Amino acid sequence: MKVNIKAKIVKKEQLKEDIYKYSIEANQIAKDAKPGQFIEIRVLDNIEPLLRRPISIYNIEKETGIVEFIFQVKGKGTEILAKREVGEELDIIGPLGYGTFEVKDYENVAIIGGGIGIFPLYELAKELKEKTNTHVHIYIGFRSKDFIVLEEEFKKVSDELTITTDDGSYGIKGFSIDELKKDAEAKTPNKIFACGPLPMLKAVQEFSISKDIPCEISLEEKMGCGIGACLGCAVKTARSPKDAPEYWHVCKAGPVFNAKDVEI
Amino acid sequence: MNTEVNLAGIKMKNPVTVASGTFGYGREFAEFIDLNKLGGICTKGTSLKPRAGNKPPRVYETPAGMLNAIGLQNPGVEYFMNNDLPYLKKFDTAIIVNACGSTIEDYVELAKVLNTLDIDGVELNLSCPNVKAGCLAFGTTYEGVKEVTSKVRKVLDKPLIVKLTPNVTDITMPAKGAKDAGADGVSLINTLLGMSIDIHKRRPHLANNTGGLSGPCVKPVAVRMVYQVAQAVDIPILGLGGITTGEDAIEFMLAGATAVSIGTGNFVAPDTSIKVIDGIEKYMKQYGIDDINSIVGTVQMN
Repeated sequence: MKVNIKAKIVKKEQLKEDIYKYSIEANQIAKDAKPGQFIEIRVLDNIEPLLRRPISIYNIEKETGIVEFIFQVKGKGTEILAKREVGEELDIIGPLGYGTFEVKDYENVAIIGGGIGIFPLYELAKELKEKTNTHVHIYIGFRSKDFIVLEEEFKKVSDELTITTDDGSYGIKGFSIDELKKDAEAKTPNKIFACGPLPMLKAVQEFSISKDIPCEISLEEKMGCGIGACLGCAVKTARSPKDAPEYWHVCKAGPVFNAKDVEI
Repeated sequence: MNTEVNLAGIKMKNPVTVASGTFGYGREFAEFIDLNKLGGICTKGTSLKPRAGNKPPRVYETPAGMLNAIGLQNPGVEYFMNNDLPYLKKFDTAIIVNACGSTIEDYVELAKVLNTLDIDGVELNLSCPNVKAGCLAFGTTYEGVKEVTSKVRKVLDKPLIVKLTPNVTDITMPAKGAKDAGADGVSLINTLLGMSIDIHKRRPHLANNTGGLSGPCVKPVAVRMVYQVAQAVDIPILGLGGITTGEDAIEFMLAGATAVSIGTGNFVAPDTSIKVIDGIEKYMKQYGIDDINSIVGTVQMN
């Protein structure tokens, strides 16, 4: 069930100059949240900035009721959020989203992410490791060595971890999707999960459809309410006839979609 | 203490409704608030046939407000009557269906269907700035509003409220058009036409280029227009535009609104409408007001 709560910040870490990780006390949200879901944060109890910020859930600690999220400072909303301190309370709605990553036994899974899109993939990998016998291979790509975050954390929740950088300053030079494609020639994954920049998602979508591999992708779009009322965060369905587009919504049908179902 | 109002023949337990397009058909908010507490619900703009809406991005935040160009995405009146209306009827609140169309015939056909439904009233949307046909084509002139409203009036026995656009030189002209055509009330304001540009891409943020501006930033414009319309016509006004607190709602009522709608405020916090109701009661206690109707239009101009 969705709730609107005041959640106390219990831990704050600066992972990079512009990337922050917050741990908040949010029992109800921790209890119900599923991998792939997000929360909406009101950065200040004010009319400016007006709207909440949708931010994906990074880690859920069901036993302690702690929820963690990571975000990059990108505009005035996240700038203010980055100034909030331990002990303060955040006005949060969550868990949000109906389309979530499906956790079950898959045998052999590829999880692929790029840049700040890797954050919602952690909880998924963690649950796959904890709850299933799935072999998890994580591919994460960054611009360069300086942008790499959470390497140790992703190592712990995977059987294999492949890191790529665009410039080759760390790991393998190139894009994560190319490494996934190479590995798939020897051992085809039964399932792919992806979150990251649009060009990466498009490449993953195309690859998964061409190889007939079930694939779930997490999308984002500018949001008004996050709860399905404003119909702002539209995404075009793949079944849309050319002259009659049909739209679903990231906060209602997503944020995680079957890659075959959406046009991105 | 009486908070009950009669808005154009629609009896409501309090003057607070939620605005069309910000509340869906209620379901999304029932998880957070008790819908029975609301004076009324203005539904998502509903058309004769389903509408897909505009390309994304459809929303963009602006200082103390937001732009939207949803494009009236809705499942159509048939879906509404079979799926959403039975759900809404479970609650003790007035149901006002926001009706939109592309042609006069659309509006009339839709009104005929709405006339057969168990609803409390119709809000005729002649003011959406985000669709090419309809709405604004009729909504900006005295004659245009009068023509559509009178044709709808002929087939609709239920209370009829006409929702007006602020994108005009003189808001009292379309208001008079609605009144002269037999409307029972008017609601204002719909969103102000706006635009925001991504300076890095040198393109508008919205796929539709322009969109409707709403939120606290439009409130003074809305209050001014409600006052002007209240001076010009003698039918009840449903006032809206940037209301997020009880104080905001009181301001609209002093300017001449019999009731108010909470719009964008619903996105900021799902319980905004309930807080507005509480805020109105607090104001009544503070000033010893026994009947909320007694303050409507009582602003003293300088």
